[in-house]
Amino acid sequence: MSEVSTTPLLSLENVRVEFGGLVALNDVSFSVSRGEIVGLIGPNGAGKTTAFNVACGFVSPTAGNVNFPQAGKQNLRPHQLAQAGVARTLQGVGLFTHCTVLENVMAGGQRRPGGDFLTSLVGLTRGAKSEAQLRTDALEALDRLGVADFAKKLPSEIPYGISKKVSVARALINKPSLIMLDEPASGLDESELDEFAELISEMRKSMGVVLVEHNMEFVMPLVDRLVVLNFGQVIATGTATEIRSNPDVLAAYLGVDE
Amino acid sequence: MIASIFASRILNDLLGGITAGVVIGLVALSLVLIWQSTHVLNFAQGAMAMFATYIGMTQLDHHLNYWVCALISVAAGFVLGGATERVLVRPLYGKADINPIVVMVGFLSLLEAIAAAIWSGTPRFIDPPFSSIFFQSDGAPTGLSPFALFQIIAAISVMAATALLFRFTKLGLQLRASALAPEVARLLGVRVNRLLTLGWALSTAVGAVAAVIISTGDTGLYPANMETVFIAGFIAAAIGGLESPGGALLAGVVIGVVMQFVNDYFNSGYAGFVGVILLIVSLLIRPQGLFTKNAQRRV
Repeated sequence: MSEVSTTPLLSLENVRVEFGGLVALNDVSFSVSRGEIVGLIGPNGAGKTTAFNVACGFVSPTAGNVNFPQAGKQNLRPHQLAQAGVARTLQGVGLFTHCTVLENVMAGGQRRPGGDFLTSLVGLTRGAKSEAQLRTDALEALDRLGVADFAKKLPSEIPYGISKKVSVARALINKPSLIMLDEPASGLDESELDEFAELISEMRKSMGVVLVEHNMEFVMPLVDRLVVLNFGQVIATGTATEIRSNPDVLAAYLGVDE
Repeated sequence: MIASIFASRILNDLLGGITAGVVIGLVALSLVLIWQSTHVLNFAQGAMAMFATYIGMTQLDHHLNYWVCALISVAAGFVLGGATERVLVRPLYGKADINPIVVMVGFLSLLEAIAAAIWSGTPRFIDPPFSSIFFQSDGAPTGLSPFALFQIIAAISVMAATALLFRFTKLGLQLRASALAPEVARLLGVRVNRLLTLGWALSTAVGAVAAVIISTGDTGLYPANMETVFIAGFIAAAIGGLESPGGALLAGVVIGVVMQFVNDYFNSGYAGFVGVILLIVSLLIRPQGLFTKNAQRRV
C-alpha cells in the first residue's frame, strides 16, 4: 500500500439527504485520501448511489457538508468536479452513443484551457492546437488501457468490457486526483475482473479511489478500507478483515435482527 | 445548342428550385439544431428570425451598409435565441412536451404583433446587394441570378460552417455531448446549461441568415414573411428525421425543387400542398425520418 496523504480529497461530514419524507442518508461521514482505495458497500437500497450522487452534487444535502479539502472546495456542482480534480464513472458505461470512442474520451478533457467559443468557431491557432493535444491525450489514455484499436468505433460496435475501459479512459484523461467508480465490476467476466482489479490498484499510486460495488469477491481483496451502509446510515468502517467479522454487517447482509 | 439547354424550362425550374430550397434547408437546419440540443420543436423559429432581421435591416434607415445590417441581424438572432432559451424555455425542461409547444406558438404571435406595432405590417423592400436579374445565355435567361447565386453560396457556407463546428471542434463535441447525455457531460466538466443557451443562439443566428435572404428582394420584410418558408422548413426537418442536419438540408432542396416545378407546370396554388403530401408520403414510408439511423424517436 502506498503512502496515504493526510488531507483528504473527499470528506462527507454528517450528510443527511431526504427525498420528500424519505430519509435516504442519515448522518453519513467518511473520507477518501490520495493513495487509498475506499469501498462503499451495503445491501440494495442502503444509500450507496445516493452517497455518490450527493458527493457529485447531483443531489444536495439536506444537512451536513460535502468537502473537498485538498481542492479547498465545498458542495460542488457536477460541472465543477472536473476542475476540482474529481472524475466519476457511471453505473453501466454512460458513453455518448453517436460519438466515436475517441470523441467520447476527448469529451472528458474539458479542464484544459483554450477551445472557447470564438477560437473554435474561427479555428484560431490556440483552439486548434489544444484540440490536437486533446486528441493525442485521448489516444494515449485509450492506449494505456489497451483499447486504442477501437478509437474510431461507435460505442454500439464494441463489447461491453471494452466500453467499460473506454469510460475509465475518459475519466482518467484529466489526470484526476480522485476517481469515483460506480460498480466497476458489473457485467464483466472473470478475466476482465482481474484486469480491472489490477487497473484500480494501479490508480491508487497517483490518486484516491472510491468505489461502489456489489461483488464482494472483487471488492474485498482490493480495498484498503470499507464503509458499510445500511438504511442510509454508516454501520461500520474498517479493513476487509474487520468488516468480515463485524456482527452488525453480517446482520445487515443476512437480514438477521439483533 | 448549349444556349437552348441553359434556357430550357427544366433547367430554369431546377435552378430556381434549388435557390428556394437551400433557404428552406437553412430553416430546417435551425429547427434541427434546437431539437437536437433541447428536444423542443420551436414554432417561433421563423418569427424570431424575422424579428432579428427587423432589428438589423431597419438600420438601413441610418445609412448603414447592407452587409453591416445583415451582420447586425444575425447578431440580433444570436442574442434573441440565447435570451429566449434562458428566459422562456429553461423553466419548461422536464415538463410535459406540450408545454414548450404552447409557449413557442404564443411567442410566435407575440413577436409578429410586436413587430407590426413597431415597424408596421407594410412590407419593407430591401435592395439586393447583387442584381436579381437572371444571367443570360445567348440572350435567354438561365434561371439563376447573381443574387440567387449568392443565396446558394451563403446558405451552403452556413451549413458547412455549422457541420464543421459540430464535427471537428471541442465546442461542437461539448454541444453534442450535452444533447446526448447531459448528466454525463456535466460530470465531465461541461457547462451544459450554457451550451443549451448557445445551441439556441446559434440556431436562431442560422435562422436569421435565412430571414435576411428571404427579406431581401421581391418578398420584402413584413411580420409574417417567414411563415411560408417556416412551414416548408418544418416539413423538411420532419422528413429528414429531426436528428439529421444533412437530411434536413437535402429534404429542403427537394421540397424547393418540387414546389418550383409544380408552380411552373400546374398552378402556384398547388405548391402549398406539395410539402404536405411529401411529408405524408415520407411519414408513411419511414416514420422515423428518411435520414435517421435509429428507429426510435422521442416525440
